[in-house]
Amino acid sequence: MNILEAKGINKSYAQHKALSDVSIDIPKQSIFGLLGPNGAGKTTLIRIINQIIEADSGTILIKGRPLQESHIRMIGYLPEERGLYKKMKVGEQLIFLGQLRGLSKKEALQKSQQWIKKLGLKPWWNKKVEDLSKGMAQKVQFISTVMHEPELIILDEPFSGFDPVNANLIKDEILELRDKGCTVIFSTHRMESVEQLCDHIAMINKSEKILDGSKKDIKEDYRNNTYDLTHFGEIGPLSENFHVLEREILGEGHFRTAIQALNGESPNNLLKELIVQTELQSFMERIPSINDIFIAKVEGGNHE
Amino acid sequence: MLVIKREFLSRVKKRSFLIATILTPLIFPAIIGGMIYFYMEDMKSADKKNVQVLDESGYFELNDTTKYTYIYLPRTLSLETAKTAFNATEDFALIHIPEFELDNPEGFTMYSKTNPSITELQRFTGQFEHKIRDLKLKRFDIAQSTLDSLNTQISLRSVNIGESGEEKESSAVAAFGIGYAAGFLIYMFIFIYGAQVMQGVIEEKSSKIVEVIVSTLRPMQLMVGKVVGIASVGLTQILIWIALIAVLSLGILAFFNISMPSPEDIELISEGSQAMTANNPLANNPKLMQGMKIAADIPYLYLIVSFIFYFVGGYLMYGALFAAVGSAVDSSQEAQQFMFPITIPLIASIISLNFVLDNPESNFSFWLSVIPFTSPIAMMGRIGFGVPLWELALSMALLVLGFTFTIWVAGRIYRVGILMHGSKVNYKVLAKWFMMRN
Repeated sequence: MNILEAKGINKSYAQHKALSDVSIDIPKQSIFGLLGPNGAGKTTLIRIINQIIEADSGTILIKGRPLQESHIRMIGYLPEERGLYKKMKVGEQLIFLGQLRGLSKKEALQKSQQWIKKLGLKPWWNKKVEDLSKGMAQKVQFISTVMHEPELIILDEPFSGFDPVNANLIKDEILELRDKGCTVIFSTHRMESVEQLCDHIAMINKSEKILDGSKKDIKEDYRNNTYDLTHFGEIGPLSENFHVLEREILGEGHFRTAIQALNGESPNNLLKELIVQTELQSFMERIPSINDIFIAKVEGGNHE
Repeated sequence: MLVIKREFLSRVKKRSFLIATILTPLIFPAIIGGMIYFYMEDMKSADKKNVQVLDESGYFELNDTTKYTYIYLPRTLSLETAKTAFNATEDFALIHIPEFELDNPEGFTMYSKTNPSITELQRFTGQFEHKIRDLKLKRFDIAQSTLDSLNTQISLRSVNIGESGEEKESSAVAAFGIGYAAGFLIYMFIFIYGAQVMQGVIEEKSSKIVEVIVSTLRPMQLMVGKVVGIASVGLTQILIWIALIAVLSLGILAFFNISMPSPEDIELISEGSQAMTANNPLANNPKLMQGMKIAADIPYLYLIVSFIFYFVGGYLMYGALFAAVGSAVDSSQEAQQFMFPITIPLIASIISLNFVLDNPESNFSFWLSVIPFTSPIAMMGRIGFGVPLWELALSMALLVLGFTFTIWVAGRIYRVGILMHGSKVNYKVLAKWFMMRN
């Protein structure tokens, strides 16, 4: 079941088009990566989901029902441009933000205290935000995003500005939330984080969706049966279904070779041929990283 | 609602709010009192200035005043020697009066080391003119006693006749004072709280919390919440002040053992009854009693209610505009250029307040007090003089329309502005934001 379906979303600002006919489905209890270079339209899409701005056309369904104000309660949003009231105390701030998301004052107090404890911020409850270190403020920010137990968490560039320690901590929390049943939308142009976390991805470039699907399927689609091997002793001619792409001499009789298997030849057959010719040291399929796919897609799009 | 509460609490809880609220009603009178005190002291103890007089005509006998001591130089002294001698002294001025014809007095000269002020020049000129007039009169054999009896001093008692014929002691001074104070207070409040709105919006924008908040609220709600929240701070402050001032004045009155006289008391006094004033020496002073009567006659409730209405209305009007400015810029420095067109009508109305106070019934005052941009200040200026009810109603209705309109306009700019960072903003851009659909 999809928690969120966007259909044919269009949005344009005065001169330029921010989103043209974008449709995405986000399955429940997944971590969904929304990828795209800067200025592709990710933040616009997220703002539309958050009801900050309205789409020119198209519909958004949450759990099959059109987006409406009551959905605010079940969304947690961490914007790219983030901040807190500097002069407000941590506790008051969290209670205020929780109430904005529809918690009662008592619930807000209880939830925020739970989270504060969990992330080790307890001594800071009565401190003003301006007295906190940046990392701690980020934690507070994260708490404000998730404290009302949203079913859908939207994180816009969540790791920009987080130090590695906090980034890891947040990563773990995200996974834990996913396991508890939350759906997380990640918007980022940094592919490494997607590689580890996301189950599904959609790519947006120049206002258009250029790719979407589960991470596994996409990778499957983009692998081209290329194998990297290092070996001792040269390789002679191979049968016609195996095509040598690259060859590199590593010195002292060691080589690195990239071989593509054509016409659906299995790697086992390749191995059989190789074993008799050379001494293999490593053999690995070259699986494209999301980054490679992303770059290939974006560049391909630019050439069109 | 939540936004209103947060704005309210976060401001009211600040220590500075408490101090400002409690101290201002104490400080203001203290400053004014202090200034008057020093002025009086200055008048009293000001160094007496020595003025040398070389009177060749022999007509003038200038008596020493509290400010000037006149030193007569021998009439035989030549002007040149007098000037040289004067230069060597610390004295303030040297006045040279040559021999002159009464019908054609000229040649009076005042030598001084610094430029004398206009009032000082006028004082001397007036003195001479007066003296010469007396001398001329004397030529007609009019006795000095007759001359003295010509000097009269009157105070004009002004009375308003109401429609039902009742007479009301009116005091132009009181009306003027009330109008000026109320108009000026509204001006200050609009400025102070308007600037607070703007600061608040800029703070939200620059600390970037705004996007989190607008994901839960409509930007319009946030803006109105902010404006209303700060308004409630202002109202609280004003109410506390009014209460404090009331308590303080009652306290002072009690201290001087005067109770606010009720109309009957005043009638008793004005009928000449001295009976009740036996234990109250101050009440014997008719001027004071007249002042107190006027003070008692001021319709306080009416004034306070209209003051609060115009404060809230005017503030909402400008507060929304200030919020729009705050949303359009990234820092308070940038806000300056947009502040200008907003502050012009405010400043214009405070400047024209003087005119309004001089001519509360004029057409100009009427229009100023009806047009929403200037009405809060102008109407408060007129209100002490009594304003026809329909004018008041019209002005209030227009003000309500006015602030609804500015809030709407500001809201349209605000909703786009708060999410824009680092873009160069000018009026064209603002217009574009205004036209933009959601």
